[in-house]
Amino acid sequence: MAPLDRKLWRDLRRLWAQVLAIAVVLACGVMVLVLAQGAHRSLLETREAYYERNRFADLFAQATRAPRALLPEIAALPGVAQVEARIAATVLLDMPDMVEPAMARVLSLPPGGAVLNLPVLRQGRLPDPDRPEEVAVSENFAAAHGLVPGDGFRALLDGQIRTLRVTGLLLSPEFIYAFGPDTMMPDDRRFGIVWMGEAAAASAFDLQGAFNDLTLRLAAGADAAPVLAALDRLLEPYGGTGAHGRDRQISHVFLESELSQLEAMAVILPPVFFVISAFLVNMVLGRMIALERPVIGLLKAVGYPTRAIALHYLKLAALVGVAGVALGWAAGILLGQGLTALYAGFFRFPWLIYAPGAAAFAVSGMIGLATTVAGALRGVFAAVRLPPAVAMAPPAPPRFSRGLVDVLGRALALRQTTMMILRSITRWPGRAAVTLFGVVAAVAMLVSTLFTFDAMQAMIDEVFSLGNRQQVTLALARPGGLGAVEEALALPGVLAAEGAFGVPVRISHGSHGRLIALEARPEASALVRVIDAGGRPASLPPDGVVLSEGIARDLGVRPGDRLTVELLAPPREVHDLPVTAVIRQSLGQQIYMAEQALFALMRRPPQVNRLNLLVDPLELPALHAQVKATPGLAGITVWSDVRAKFDATLEQNLSMMTVIYAALGILMTAGVVYNAARIQLAERAHELASLRVLGFSRGEVAYVLVGEIMLLAVAAIPLGWLLGRAVAGVVARGFSTEMVTIPLVILPPTYATAGLIALGAALGAALAVRRRLDAIDIVSALKARE
Amino acid sequence: MSHPRAVFRTEGITKVYDTGAVQVHALRGVDLALNEGELVVLLGASGSGKSTLLNILGGLDRPTAGRVFFRERELTRASEAELTRFRRDHVGFVFQFYNLVPSLTARENVALVTEIARAPLRPEEALARVGLAHRLDHFPAELSGGEQQRVAIARAIAKRPEVLLCDEPTGALDSAAGVQVLEALVAVNEEMGAATAIITHNQATRRIAHRVLVLADGRLVREEVNDTRLAPAEVHW
Repeated sequence: MAPLDRKLWRDLRRLWAQVLAIAVVLACGVMVLVLAQGAHRSLLETREAYYERNRFADLFAQATRAPRALLPEIAALPGVAQVEARIAATVLLDMPDMVEPAMARVLSLPPGGAVLNLPVLRQGRLPDPDRPEEVAVSENFAAAHGLVPGDGFRALLDGQIRTLRVTGLLLSPEFIYAFGPDTMMPDDRRFGIVWMGEAAAASAFDLQGAFNDLTLRLAAGADAAPVLAALDRLLEPYGGTGAHGRDRQISHVFLESELSQLEAMAVILPPVFFVISAFLVNMVLGRMIALERPVIGLLKAVGYPTRAIALHYLKLAALVGVAGVALGWAAGILLGQGLTALYAGFFRFPWLIYAPGAAAFAVSGMIGLATTVAGALRGVFAAVRLPPAVAMAPPAPPRFSRGLVDVLGRALALRQTTMMILRSITRWPGRAAVTLFGVVAAVAMLVSTLFTFDAMQAMIDEVFSLGNRQQVTLALARPGGLGAVEEALALPGVLAAEGAFGVPVRISHGSHGRLIALEARPEASALVRVIDAGGRPASLPPDGVVLSEGIARDLGVRPGDRLTVELLAPPREVHDLPVTAVIRQSLGQQIYMAEQALFALMRRPPQVNRLNLLVDPLELPALHAQVKATPGLAGITVWSDVRAKFDATLEQNLSMMTVIYAALGILMTAGVVYNAARIQLAERAHELASLRVLGFSRGEVAYVLVGEIMLLAVAAIPLGWLLGRAVAGVVARGFSTEMVTIPLVILPPTYATAGLIALGAALGAALAVRRRLDAIDIVSALKARE
Repeated sequence: MSHPRAVFRTEGITKVYDTGAVQVHALRGVDLALNEGELVVLLGASGSGKSTLLNILGGLDRPTAGRVFFRERELTRASEAELTRFRRDHVGFVFQFYNLVPSLTARENVALVTEIARAPLRPEEALARVGLAHRLDHFPAELSGGEQQRVAIARAIAKRPEVLLCDEPTGALDSAAGVQVLEALVAVNEEMGAATAIITHNQATRRIAHRVLVLADGRLVREEVNDTRLAPAEVHW
């Protein structure tokens, strides 16, 4: 081995702790990139393959009752490749293992087999078209209830209680992410998918020769817009509620938002780690080279060419890079598998394999190596430029100058050890800035990730405490008059009841438009309230429409503007309505109107299709039993169950993310601080030993070293909070989707946690270096200079 | 005349540096005493053990064998913390390369010590005693070598030490600056009464001392008492 290479290995051994600290910071960047890119790619490719293989539809439309005779005309539309007409309905189920009713989406299976959205048979067989009692159910729903082929359960199909028999368990590309009305979170116990033969469904829902659900696949390269327009025109007479693309298909929308979050994660975090590790490598190598000046001088003096010396130090940097990249890859793969397992619990794929792809590794490896090598270049160039004679002489003592610190020192009568700290910071502001930046970045990362707890809590408060005070919401299979509210009061345990009416509408403002649900409620509803922009419950204004902040922003409307509202239910008229209020709505998207205003527009007596109930909790089982046997009900939401599911899911997912981010924050802070302290120690060993000679105790001497680091760490925390708040704003906007608006809520404990984690990591790293300081031999440290 | 009281007393101190392959005997059984108010010059060639002896007296190092007493206290039994306390309260050090804190001005370098000492001089007074009343707010890098060494002396005396241990205080200075430093040392020895030990390999310096101890190969080989001392200004090298 060449002498320089032997030196290289010995340098690495000597500097192992610092090398490891830099490698770990670099590894964080590499890991996040591999993790996010890998998970993104795995999820995206799995989804694309699943969609393609199982012919997931491009377009979707619903109607009340459209004749099958319409289908040839639809299939003949230019751009349409395949059409499948179905019968779909939401129904209540009476599961043998549940007191409360469960809900299901019933879908018909064409007699010749599905041509679109092909379900994947996981167990058993498909229902026999000639046996109306046979159904297949979604695999997770079956698992949650221990259902196997041959088992039975009861369902309330269009007012009739029927016993259904399970023949098989399915998965479907339409329901990768599936949840029931109102819930926003998958709950496999309370919501499932039920497939039944077309004839059975037609007879159960009285839709012989008709359909109410349509899915289509477009020919390659076909434009969706004219097809959607044609569908709307064709279905209008039959109660069409507006055709749409995948962008309004719930499962697709949720997957899409998860993918964009992963993409954001892969773009925002890794550069932060890379920049910091570049600084660190720069710092450490620069300092090492400063300490190696005499060696470099000697090497040049005995005839080593500049190139060989430069290469020697570049190799050191590259090895640090290799260590960091390898660590990052390993951690990325490990965590990637964990994240994939988490997704598998969330998203229902027939297969989900963690396949990060070579690109994530290649890109992170190249960037990681380039980062360290670039960081080393400056130090290397400074070293090789020195003439041997200059390099071999001891460096000139640092020069200090008077300034603000002196004024401060006199005014506050600071001790001299404190003055040493302040002068060191002002003399080498770049070095201080690196430490400061490292801690700022760590705190900001912690704030901008931990705040999701606060945001979720705020959403939970908004939905469950402020907005929805009813315990139970019932959905009616068909709209009814206000008499339904009176009837609800007669149900067991019901203390108060209010009706609501939901109707699909198309809203537009200027060039922006969308399909959405409009909900009409009594003006002064006591149970279900909207939340104003200030977070307070508010009444609905007597006229005009009320929008959420998210929709208002998307459409570019403000209170006072006018909105075009097309009712997609009879009398199917278009109205130009004022926007009377903009409200806060984190979960779900709909717009609101006062009941009287809507029915005045529709020129008909008020109707209801939802019932919000205040219930005596002790009477809930009796209510459940009654609901299971009540014809005309299509759904039930028990809000305490929704909340429990919400809490449990958040707890599980957020705690994993919190552990990961806290670990990243700790590693980043510790890596930066440890190196800063080691460099300080190497440079100031002589000075600090002098203090020991003068009679300063170990603790007093350590104050100079640890004090400087901790002062920078403490100063970094408020800056980190500010930056964190700004990043959290970006995260909240970036992670908000049409369905979920993440509120920017950061509570004091979150700031405190972020600050304490960073301070703790900084203190731990500084104290590790203090142990080395304590072990310094005073006499040899003093001699070192002589 | 009353018998002079010893500030330091050593009994057969030995120091062996074990470097693994070889054992280096820096001191081989040294017995000596340093008395109150006395100025002693320790002479010897490089490697004779002078610095090791001074470091042991000052509580910076421990002997391999033998005992060291500071007044009645046995330093060789003192804990690490007690040695730190001992240096803080009783000893002033002056080194060849000054060991000033580069980020502190002359005044602040002295204040560094006065802040932790029990009954110190004011920094300005200590600096005035070494003739630096006009250089209070200069950083070390803005001072000449002789000035830096005088700041180091001011820092050493500001705590009113009972002993002043100087390791080659003129070693890095030219003759004129060296004389100024010696003058400052002699003056504080006379005015403040601190027992002063000066290590040097500069033979000319011997004439300013009350007593000269000569070390060779880790042993005390000769002791001379000067009946007449020279003033530093009369010394040339």
